Amino acid sequence: MIDIITTIINGLSLGGVYALIALGYTMVYGIAKMLNFAHGDIIMVGGFSIFVFFNMIGQPLLAVAAAIIVCIVVGLLTERFAYRPLRGASPLAVLITAIGVSYLLQSLAQIIFGAAPKKMSAFSDLGMLNIGELKVKIATLITLGVATVIMIALTLFINKTKVGKAMLAVSEDRGAAQLMGINVNFVIALTFAIGSALAAVAGASYILQNPTVNVSMGSMPGIKAFTAAVIGGIGSIPGAMLGGILLGLIETICNAIPGLSDYTIAIEFALLILILLVKPTGLLGKKRREKV
Amino acid sequence: MSGFTTYLKSIKRSFKLKNFIMYFILAFVIILFGTLNSVTGLKRSTVTLLEQMSYSMIMALSLSLVVGFLGELSLGHAGFMSLGAFLGGYMQTYLYPSLTAGAPLLSLVLSMLIGGLIAAAFGFVIGLPALRLKGDYLAIVTLAFGEIVKVIFTNVKFYALDGRLLSTTVGVLKTGRYDQKSLFIIGFIVVLLTMIFIQNFIKSKHGNAVMAIRDNEIAARAMGVNVTFYKLLVFVISAFFAGLAGVLYSNASHNINAADFDYNYSINFLVMVVLGGMGNLNGSILAAALISFLNNKLQTILTGDMAGFKNLFYALILILIVIYNNAPKLRGFRAKYNLRNLFNFVKAKLTKLFTKKQPVPDPAAEVEYGADWDKIPTKIEMDALLSTDFTPDNTYVPDKADKPKEGGKE
Amino acid sequence: MEETDITLNDPSLPDDEKAIGNDIVLRTENLGISFGGLKAASDVNLTIYKGQLYGLIGPNGAGKTTIFNLLTGVYKPTFGRFYLCGEDLTGFSQMAINRKGVARTFQNIRLFNNMSVIKNVLVSLSHLPEYKNTFFDAVFRTPRHYKVEKAMRHRAKEILEIFGLLEERNGLASNLPYGKQRKLEIARALASNPKLLLLDEPAAGMNPQETEELMETIRFVRDKFDVTILLIEHDMKLVSGICEEITVLNFGQVLAQGQVKDVLADPEVIKAYLGG
Repeated sequence: MIDIITTIINGLSLGGVYALIALGYTMVYGIAKMLNFAHGDIIMVGGFSIFVFFNMIGQPLLAVAAAIIVCIVVGLLTERFAYRPLRGASPLAVLITAIGVSYLLQSLAQIIFGAAPKKMSAFSDLGMLNIGELKVKIATLITLGVATVIMIALTLFINKTKVGKAMLAVSEDRGAAQLMGINVNFVIALTFAIGSALAAVAGASYILQNPTVNVSMGSMPGIKAFTAAVIGGIGSIPGAMLGGILLGLIETICNAIPGLSDYTIAIEFALLILILLVKPTGLLGKKRREKV
Repeated sequence: MSGFTTYLKSIKRSFKLKNFIMYFILAFVIILFGTLNSVTGLKRSTVTLLEQMSYSMIMALSLSLVVGFLGELSLGHAGFMSLGAFLGGYMQTYLYPSLTAGAPLLSLVLSMLIGGLIAAAFGFVIGLPALRLKGDYLAIVTLAFGEIVKVIFTNVKFYALDGRLLSTTVGVLKTGRYDQKSLFIIGFIVVLLTMIFIQNFIKSKHGNAVMAIRDNEIAARAMGVNVTFYKLLVFVISAFFAGLAGVLYSNASHNINAADFDYNYSINFLVMVVLGGMGNLNGSILAAALISFLNNKLQTILTGDMAGFKNLFYALILILIVIYNNAPKLRGFRAKYNLRNLFNFVKAKLTKLFTKKQPVPDPAAEVEYGADWDKIPTKIEMDALLSTDFTPDNTYVPDKADKPKEGGKE
Repeated sequence: MEETDITLNDPSLPDDEKAIGNDIVLRTENLGISFGGLKAASDVNLTIYKGQLYGLIGPNGAGKTTIFNLLTGVYKPTFGRFYLCGEDLTGFSQMAINRKGVARTFQNIRLFNNMSVIKNVLVSLSHLPEYKNTFFDAVFRTPRHYKVEKAMRHRAKEILEIFGLLEERNGLASNLPYGKQRKLEIARALASNPKLLLLDEPAAGMNPQETEELMETIRFVRDKFDVTILLIEHDMKLVSGICEEITVLNFGQVLAQGQVKDVLADPEVIKAYLGG
């Protein structure tokens, strides 16, 4: 029983990390209509920033804040120089460029920091919380809490503020939004900035759970978070949260079952293919009809 | 025999240097290195490089068919290759002893066919989602497929039929091996056959149908193109050749590791296709040769973390070439500075140098058949500007406000 | 010019044609579709005779293109049926409908932009029964492959010549000027040998002179290719100039139907256009 509760808490916490990353995917997809393959690698940029700043100043919160800034800058740079020139070009071209950006970030990190994983136990070792027989890592609880707060804040931001509504308008119909005087370039850049900031936080949460930083740390969580975004319905913000939590639970549960744990990734991807085939709009997504 | 002479005439008429030159180059390579190999013998490292080139070329051609001609991105091509390498290679370990000792070539060819057909069957399965999904979604499905294949093979232990374990490590298989001195010759012959097969396919009405789907699927359907058939056909053919390349790979490396056929390996082939030019088969082959050469040479030069520079180079190839070829704002730039203009310029200079006469451009010259994204019109007619959906900065706007809303929004 | 208008608008003409051919090319029976409860088109009844030039007009959002999408299989009708030369094509795929003899052009030009002009035409020729040539013929370059490809090319050149596009045949479709792109779309549609040709706003974005030229082309096409034409148009000059009968749609429903002169004088129609 205790095991099951622990598994569920861990699953929710991992799901929170996926949800944070999936939010970045889903917002960029909804607004810029592109799959930002490099989004996962922004997590890695965040991870290395935390590594550098934490070793420099020793203050975890400040290190995370600095990482958020670095990620926002990197996100905006990639948007400005790699994606914006291709606005209006074929989706295939944008996708290949995004793959190139992902490669670029990884190779730069490898050249600067090396491929060997960096230990971050000092950052993530926060001890355990014991409630009776139940033992939970404090890091896990922090992740869960932070993810919840961010998701609520983001939902409020999108639905209540003027800028948030502008974002919704651009995702609905870019041309019409432009005609209504919305600065589309600004909205898309803002989306990238928010997505990158979320990725930095996700990077921090990821380190809290797996106390190392390495060059390819973002790829797998990135693709899995994309899976989460698709499960929830790409373009939908509540969908990304739901998908993230579901995927986190599925992964933790699969990992807890001995025979299945080797095939966790295969199961997750099979789920992705299945959902795309049966219900490409995901659980909460809207149907789009191609105009003829 | 008049029918036969007409046939020969048709072949002669369809002859274009651009389409046939790669056949000659490949034949030349086969003869040259084949002769060198039997006369003086080649260095082990050269043979390895040539082997790598041969299966990379087949992979590049196979991926080019999907990316350049069908216009869909496959990020799981290493998965098809892996299927060919493991299952074709596994079959070979049986075929080899069961056939007479004198027929290693037969066992290689048979296992290539088996590996190719198994991969083709999976290509059919991956082609099915392609009927419903496009672009990003399909790319992710192919990526997921590649990863699933990898995860399954990394967890499988291979047993021989008599229950003997074929390799002690999980996810690694020792496969049959064709004579290591002459495998590359077989490899290049297969490249030549692949090239002929794919080029003949593309340069026919069937190829036109595939490109029509790429350019405008809605219009293609409306013009009676059997979209279902051609999408599946392209995935099946592409997967077949990828599986075949996998069998060559297993013969070349003898010890295959499932973890090697990962996402990064798929991207490696994508770099070749992008560098060679979308929809340009000759370019894909040359780029495959170049990238294999670089991979092979840089492996010893850039050791450890310096290997990052190689990936940096590939990343820049992907980003810069794609932006150059596709950025709407670079239209004028592309029209002015491109390889074709450079080539014509050099040709004009050379002709002038030797004949003192300007070359007359051939008005009936056939245009490039591939996805020439560098040939987007440089000048937009005023009418077009007013009536189609372009805003002044040339970004595409799906609906103009004064156009009738049709379909779902009506 | 004037004379042709008069003869074409002669009320007795459709009856004459009935007498000659007695052929109904297209008949729709209460055709309609709803998107999530919203009726984009309903109870549309059309009867188009062989060789007719038929117009479909109506204000923005009246459901004209929706009708085209229903007739070409892009959408499956929610209500009603439609028949091509008596054959029920309701629910057929786009490919099947095209092969049965319906071809169309698009409101926003949809050419195969990265292919040459001649290949645009070759694509729609390629599934005609007389150009049968399998995948294996192509890969193994059998004599049949060469024979068929040559014949197809010959036919494509013929069609391009009719539309004055022969010179540009090897250039990319996207490099053609706008007017020629519209022409190429019509040529491509005709290459598939349709019984019924659907033209979706063929004059959109054209200046008066180009429109004039287009009217000539459309009439010429009808006579030369022995095809029945249904067209959507906003340009009233074009509609009254070449159409024999028209149907006016408003909010997805038929507002008026019949001879051009009568329909355009209908107060309901005037109200729909002016009162919006």
